[in-house]
Amino acid sequence: MELLELSALELGRRIRAGEISAVEAVQASLSRIKEVEKDVHAYVTVDEEGALTRAREVQKQIADGTLNGPLAGVPAAVKDNICTAGLLTTCGSKILGNFVPAYSAQAVESLERAGVIVLGKTNMDEFAMGSTTETSAWGVTRNPHNLAHVPGGSSGGSCAAVAAKECFFALGSDTGGSIRQPSSFCGVTGLKPTYGTVSRYGLVAYGSSLDQIGPIAKNVGDCAAILEILAGRDEKDSTSVARADGRFTEALTDDVRGLRVGIPGDYLGEGLDGEVRAAVLKAADVLKEKGASVEEFDLSLTEYAIPAYYTIASAEASSNLSRFDGVKYGYRTKEFDGLHQMYKRSRSEGFGPEVKRRIMLGSFVLSSGYYDAYYLKALRTKALIRQAFDRAFEKYDVILGPVAPTTAPKLGESLSDPLKMYLGDIYTISANLAGIPGISVPCGTDSKGLPIGVQLLGDCFKEKNILRAAYSYERGRADTASDPAKKAVE
Amino acid sequence: MGKQYETVIGLEVHVELATKTKIFCGCSTAFGAAPNTHVCPVCAGMPGALPVLNRQVLEYALAVGLATGCQINRYCKFDRKNYFYPDNPQNYQISQLYLPICHDGGIDIETPEGVKRIGIHEIHMEEDAGKLIHDEWEDCSYVDFNRSGVPLIEIVSEPDMRSADEVIAYLDKLRLMIQYLGASDCKLQEGSMRADVNLSVREQGARQFGTRTEMKNLNSFRAIARAIEHERGRQIDLLEAGEKVVQETRRWDDAKEYSYAMRSKEDAQDYRYFPDPDLVPVAVDDAWIARIRKRQPEMRTEKRKRYLEEFDIPDYDAGILTSSKKLADVFEAATAICGKPKKVSNWLMGETLRLLKENNQDPQDIRFSPEHLAKLVDLVDEGAINGSVAKEVFAEIFARDVDPGQYIEEKGLRIVRDEGALRSAVEEVIAANPQSVADYRGGKDRALGFLVGQTMKAMKGKADPAAVNQLLRELLPRQ
Repeated sequence: MELLELSALELGRRIRAGEISAVEAVQASLSRIKEVEKDVHAYVTVDEEGALTRAREVQKQIADGTLNGPLAGVPAAVKDNICTAGLLTTCGSKILGNFVPAYSAQAVESLERAGVIVLGKTNMDEFAMGSTTETSAWGVTRNPHNLAHVPGGSSGGSCAAVAAKECFFALGSDTGGSIRQPSSFCGVTGLKPTYGTVSRYGLVAYGSSLDQIGPIAKNVGDCAAILEILAGRDEKDSTSVARADGRFTEALTDDVRGLRVGIPGDYLGEGLDGEVRAAVLKAADVLKEKGASVEEFDLSLTEYAIPAYYTIASAEASSNLSRFDGVKYGYRTKEFDGLHQMYKRSRSEGFGPEVKRRIMLGSFVLSSGYYDAYYLKALRTKALIRQAFDRAFEKYDVILGPVAPTTAPKLGESLSDPLKMYLGDIYTISANLAGIPGISVPCGTDSKGLPIGVQLLGDCFKEKNILRAAYSYERGRADTASDPAKKAVE
Repeated sequence: MGKQYETVIGLEVHVELATKTKIFCGCSTAFGAAPNTHVCPVCAGMPGALPVLNRQVLEYALAVGLATGCQINRYCKFDRKNYFYPDNPQNYQISQLYLPICHDGGIDIETPEGVKRIGIHEIHMEEDAGKLIHDEWEDCSYVDFNRSGVPLIEIVSEPDMRSADEVIAYLDKLRLMIQYLGASDCKLQEGSMRADVNLSVREQGARQFGTRTEMKNLNSFRAIARAIEHERGRQIDLLEAGEKVVQETRRWDDAKEYSYAMRSKEDAQDYRYFPDPDLVPVAVDDAWIARIRKRQPEMRTEKRKRYLEEFDIPDYDAGILTSSKKLADVFEAATAICGKPKKVSNWLMGETLRLLKENNQDPQDIRFSPEHLAKLVDLVDEGAINGSVAKEVFAEIFARDVDPGQYIEEKGLRIVRDEGALRSAVEEVIAANPQSVADYRGGKDRALGFLVGQTMKAMKGKADPAAVNQLLRELLPRQ
């Protein structure tokens, strides 16, 4: 059991030191998966054989010195919308229920080159559309802290797997908060990098201009180390950028003296749960005590973020998901008369209701006569939101606030009211629209024992600022409160 | 006297660019490979695959834009055109709608009334689709994605043309220009150049345009000319009968010389264009444009002028040689080797064009190497072979690119310099043709030609006709 408590970096260190073997680490994770999966259901696919085979190879390479990175031999999970060669990649959808890619995402290749061992694929909202992991075609994932609650979404499987110690870290994707919000709900640490930092090649697109892959881990240090492996220019992704400042672990200094922290008043108003508010402000106090300056300010335009986001993301999704048509791969309806009926039935039967809703919404906002009024206006709003952040980052190094208005809702509470579910994204989606990095760090629990996360946002390419603040807070928090990440399913 | 009508024509010309790889991935663009062998996750539209722009596509598009006097958009973007069809693996085509690479240019064509400028509205880059193969026996269809992602530019003209002749002149000029730039081979039959004709008619003098139709499936200049005449007639007939022209897309059937409606404007699709978020906008700066401008090859007019000065060949020759980039290339390369421009020109303008026509090919299809042509010219000049053998050898060069030196040795075609052999052949001919000998002696010069021919035949063509002639005159002295 003690092995499973280790952070990814600590496990990596012990594997390099020869105290634990990669095979032992994988075996421990696999038996933990066997133990808790019936309750949590974080995984869609567990690749037991593949992981053990790979662990033996990696262990050999560690032994002969060809692999010596900080995460060599560490078992991890990958969200099911990130392609893994030879391993089922379903995006939580029936329409890709039989899809085995012939290629791996660049992010997966980077991890594998670093000696990370992929245990399997984690559950998610269908095509990353949802905030609870309940829209998956393969059933819900439960929150390891309280099985009656959702883990958040859409990377709910990845966050639950980390929280339930079914892996040492996981990859998620974040289009509107899909890493940060479930990290907050599950009491783990999740980082959405600046748009362009991690290659999107092999990430099955939802909203291409907003999607980013990022790490979900037990602590800030792990996130920084994983990002070091993931970040970089990829010739296969035109939107990826070279990072000259890629040594993210250098920011783990526990020194926030002089750091300017701003709290948007807009993020503390109506709709925010009182316990969440208190926990977030307490986190700000920790940073203040450690020498950061903290003040409230008016970010503005917050109310426009949700409509702009759902317009842009749905528009892109309506086009991105049109390739799933039953012609080339994936689900095809059994009986049909002619091409058009085949298209129609395959898509009607293959997609779930939330995905259909967004395809219809997206198709509508792009259609002739509505393009200017909706899509173009949303793009302009996006530009204005970006400007609002530019102004804020002239004054602050880090913007601090809640991740979500509440802690994890109960299973079955959210889907009946999609509009309410969309409003739950209010604090996270601006970061995607502006392209900026954000991290969710556990900052306590509510009276029901459900985890709360604090969100730290930084300017584009300033991951180091938020990592510095998050790490420092984490150190301070450990002194003042018990680590919520340690309490999941015993 | 009925009403007079004016035809108004604009063209959308698709040109397949001559890049080695596809527009958004590294797959080969080679034509004719086994189905789905030039395919990768990107051009097969697999989940998670992303497009990356081939820089060469942009350079070709810029080169064509500059050659056609277009403005270059310094900031250009790609857009997605969304529609469902199985030949389109993503169910959207990456194209350019909002900010195409080039706009507002034009080219001059020659018309009987003088030089006329045909405006170019825009040039944009896009990807080609795959190919559907229908199996009528099995009631199913197959998709070949080899062509999916092959780069195209679409050149959209203004509605400035008024006749089929103007359309052909415009296309001819455009094609030659693009061939000179090396941006495409522009073969209509193989589909590397495709023209859709937008046509409307209006009463002479009218200010408003009539309703237009778009004609597709035009695979040759002749088909284009015929389709224009036909469509013009069809629209005038409609108007004369008091009916309306329907805005629609029509398909030309050249075998039946007839067109039929494919889809009307009413069921036109809403393509829901929007900027492709997977591709970054392209910024084109002055330095880049200057570099491409500097690299632009010599175009036809300059080349023709240079041929007159540099090679001292007739303007007629220069005109024909420069009417095809390939012809001009072969001419220059062969001349550079043998240094005999007029003789090279004669082979190209005579035998080459004759054989091409015979084979239903155009100069693009020339497969022989200039080295072999140059060598042939030299062999004739040295007197190694005579004219009629040279034609025979050239036919082999044309068909199989044989090395003429090697070929004439293998076939024993080299002129026999053996005085004795020639003398005995001539003596035999004289002995066998007393009548002709008498005729010649009687003053009929034509008889000598016959005797030369007979001798050549006896020598199996391997004699130098001039030497035969000389010898006959020696042996048959006239008073």
